[in-house]
Amino acid sequence: MQNSVLIKSSIGKKLIMGLTGLFLIFFLVVHASINGCIWFNDGGETFLFYAHFMGTNFLVHIAEVGLFAGLILHIVDGLLLWKQNRDARPGKYAYSNPSANSKWYSRSMGILGTLILFFLIVHLRNFWGPNRLNQISTGEELNLFQLMQEDFSNVWMVIFYVAACFSLFWHLLHGFKSAFQSLGLNNVKYNKAIEIAGTAFAIIVPLVFALMPISFYFGWVK
Amino acid sequence: MKFNLKVWRQKNAKAQGKLVDYTIDNINADMSFLEMVDVLNDNLTRKGEDPIAFDHDCREGICGMCSMYISGRAHGPHHAATTCQLYMRSFKDGETIYVEPFRAGAFPIIKDLVTDRSAFDRIIAKGGFVSVNTGQAQDANNLPVDKADAEKAMDAAACIGCGACVAACPNSAAMLFVSAKISQLALLPQGAPEKNNRAINMVNQMDEEGFGNCTNIGACEAECPKEIKLTNIARMNREYLVASLINE
Repeated sequence: MQNSVLIKSSIGKKLIMGLTGLFLIFFLVVHASINGCIWFNDGGETFLFYAHFMGTNFLVHIAEVGLFAGLILHIVDGLLLWKQNRDARPGKYAYSNPSANSKWYSRSMGILGTLILFFLIVHLRNFWGPNRLNQISTGEELNLFQLMQEDFSNVWMVIFYVAACFSLFWHLLHGFKSAFQSLGLNNVKYNKAIEIAGTAFAIIVPLVFALMPISFYFGWVK
Repeated sequence: MKFNLKVWRQKNAKAQGKLVDYTIDNINADMSFLEMVDVLNDNLTRKGEDPIAFDHDCREGICGMCSMYISGRAHGPHHAATTCQLYMRSFKDGETIYVEPFRAGAFPIIKDLVTDRSAFDRIIAKGGFVSVNTGQAQDANNLPVDKADAEKAMDAAACIGCGACVAACPNSAAMLFVSAKISQLALLPQGAPEKNNRAINMVNQMDEEGFGNCTNIGACEAECPKEIKLTNIARMNREYLVASLINE
């Protein structure tokens, strides 16, 4: 009997994609909930309370390592899929009409993911990076609320963040329900519910994120 | 009816292929697409040119041979139909129609529109069967089968192995085909004893043949002439995951 190497196989790759995807989706919920505290309009007091917990708690630091590991696995797996799938069709069609049978964002997960990665690099450089560096050098955290106020007074930064939220929207629109299909958690009884939940999630979470820089820019949050 | 055709011509597996223009006139609207190609080939033969090589057999939508990528879609613009079930009335008079072979690294072109799809046969040979003792058949009622499962197994068994899923998939993945073949047996008691080895061996062979990876785009389901469902792929994912975790 042939042994299977789960990780190397095509189905193993989609299982990894689905698992890391759901893990990152869970992170988005945590991130959006904590940052949503800016809307208490208390000068960032509630937000900074939780930001302090997330920035200093030992267990959260361990989870952070897991998060980066999950993200890197998701990216590496995605690049592997992109390369193998491209090589699987050496001779391209001269004329193809893919919009007749599938959604453009489902076919463009690699490009959408790359756009999100590009955003993440800028985003980490704006907040997470300077904050951690300051913690290492002085032991003190930066005032992230103030940092947001400063960064999001720049209209181009706001536009960049909102544009990234669109990439995230389309990425989630395919990714959320796709993760369930990949993990084999597909049942006619629940498919409709998964699809509705996925669409709702893909709309709500990026919308909440997009509203943050917008709220700062227009001074809705003080 | 009159049509402008752009047909992929390729002398052999190694030769460089290209699209060649043909014009064809006096086509009856009720001809099938294959009959239209027959007429074109008749014209070419009379002119002393090499006729277009294409696969066809039953011409009633059950054999899965007529593999053509027509106007950018596997088996052309019709839903749930093979090329032989596609009629010229589906096109506009004077329309330009692209005709290409199914394209995938695992389906090498032999000539013109003919591709070698024996990769599918090799996947089937790895486990798309049940091992039974020969001799007198036992009473059918000895093996109770849930009606709903029987229906799902029959739906999966409708797969004719044409390869439209691979042709339509932007990743050239063969998962709809393999999942249908795994599902039709996994759902029935006769297939149960070998289900773990079957899932692993067939998936491994699929990967070895160089098909792409499924990313749940859904083009396969939309283009399948037999309307095989994506739920089969989810079942295969489950079967494979369980098998690879428990198989020794």
